[in-house]
Amino acid sequence: MRFSIYRYNPETDAKPYMRDYQLDIDASGKMLLDAILLLKAQDETLSVRSSCREGVCGSDALNINGRNGLACITPLSDLKEPIELRPLPGVPVIRDLVVDLSQFYHQYRAIRPYLVNQDPEPEIERLQAPEQRAELDGLYECILCACCSTACPSFWWNPDKFLGPAALLQAYRFLADSRDQATNERLDYLEDPYRLFRCHTIMNCVDVCPKGLNPALAIGKIRSLLVKRTI
Amino acid sequence: MTRSVGGAHYGLRDWLIQRVTAVFMTGYALFLLGLVLYWRPLGYARWKALFDQPWMRYATLLFFLGLCLHAWVGVRDILMDYVPVTAIRLFFHVLAIMALLVYSMWAIRILWSNGI
Repeated sequence: MRFSIYRYNPETDAKPYMRDYQLDIDASGKMLLDAILLLKAQDETLSVRSSCREGVCGSDALNINGRNGLACITPLSDLKEPIELRPLPGVPVIRDLVVDLSQFYHQYRAIRPYLVNQDPEPEIERLQAPEQRAELDGLYECILCACCSTACPSFWWNPDKFLGPAALLQAYRFLADSRDQATNERLDYLEDPYRLFRCHTIMNCVDVCPKGLNPALAIGKIRSLLVKRTI
Repeated sequence: MTRSVGGAHYGLRDWLIQRVTAVFMTGYALFLLGLVLYWRPLGYARWKALFDQPWMRYATLLFFLGLCLHAWVGVRDILMDYVPVTAIRLFFHVLAIMALLVYSMWAIRILWSNGI
């Protein structure tokens, strides 16, 4: 199989370039990450992140043939050759396919991704009805792989001010949680023209999410909460 | 990390303005289109009689003001996305506001051009 991979080592290369690779591999039943690890065995200067190999950790998010996805759960046989691998778009490249996601994590931290509850801690746990728990389905599954935010043009233009789909999905995850008491503070934070309202419902986030989540829907629900609170 | 909880609070307002004006403009446009199709062939006399009605003038004025508000949010959104330099963005903001104000006044002038 033929590969074209983005290479850039800031210590030795003046500019990034694409390098072609050949790999003898039977594609059936194998994932893209298997091929990348074999390529890395061939050329150990190739830098790439990976960990769990089964779409749970979110480390190996890449731009695969122009589309963000996780290498470990992308079947090799589905890809058109030459397979073009690039780092996630719109974020600084550290080396080859490894990117710096500081800005992404910064935005995640900004939405306070934890329960805020001033009530005295119960002896065992804070209980939820099954329906209340069901509200969190489609939200809590996010693995923060950054596929969605780095596919979002609004995040490309304003990564410092727009929270991005991943952080907004998590913002709604805590707004929707029956145990959270900071709804008003959270909505205050999101009412800004940049933080949430840079979203123009382009829906790239929904298109690329490897976990099949829908940040655009969550953003729509936050807007409804804001409208209900104000009107 | 510096985190300001405050922030500007007009995000929702502007977003809502854009949606509400869109609904009104759609209604107005469909009404006018229906009228034009219903009245075929549409002559000058009929058109003039329509716009001599005060309610039609006010509805049209509302349409233009809605259009200006809608366009303001849209143009501002484009500038926020694509013009990262604050001074240049402010310049274009002011330019857009002045243009929209002139268009609004112009619309009033046209609508009431033959007296009240």
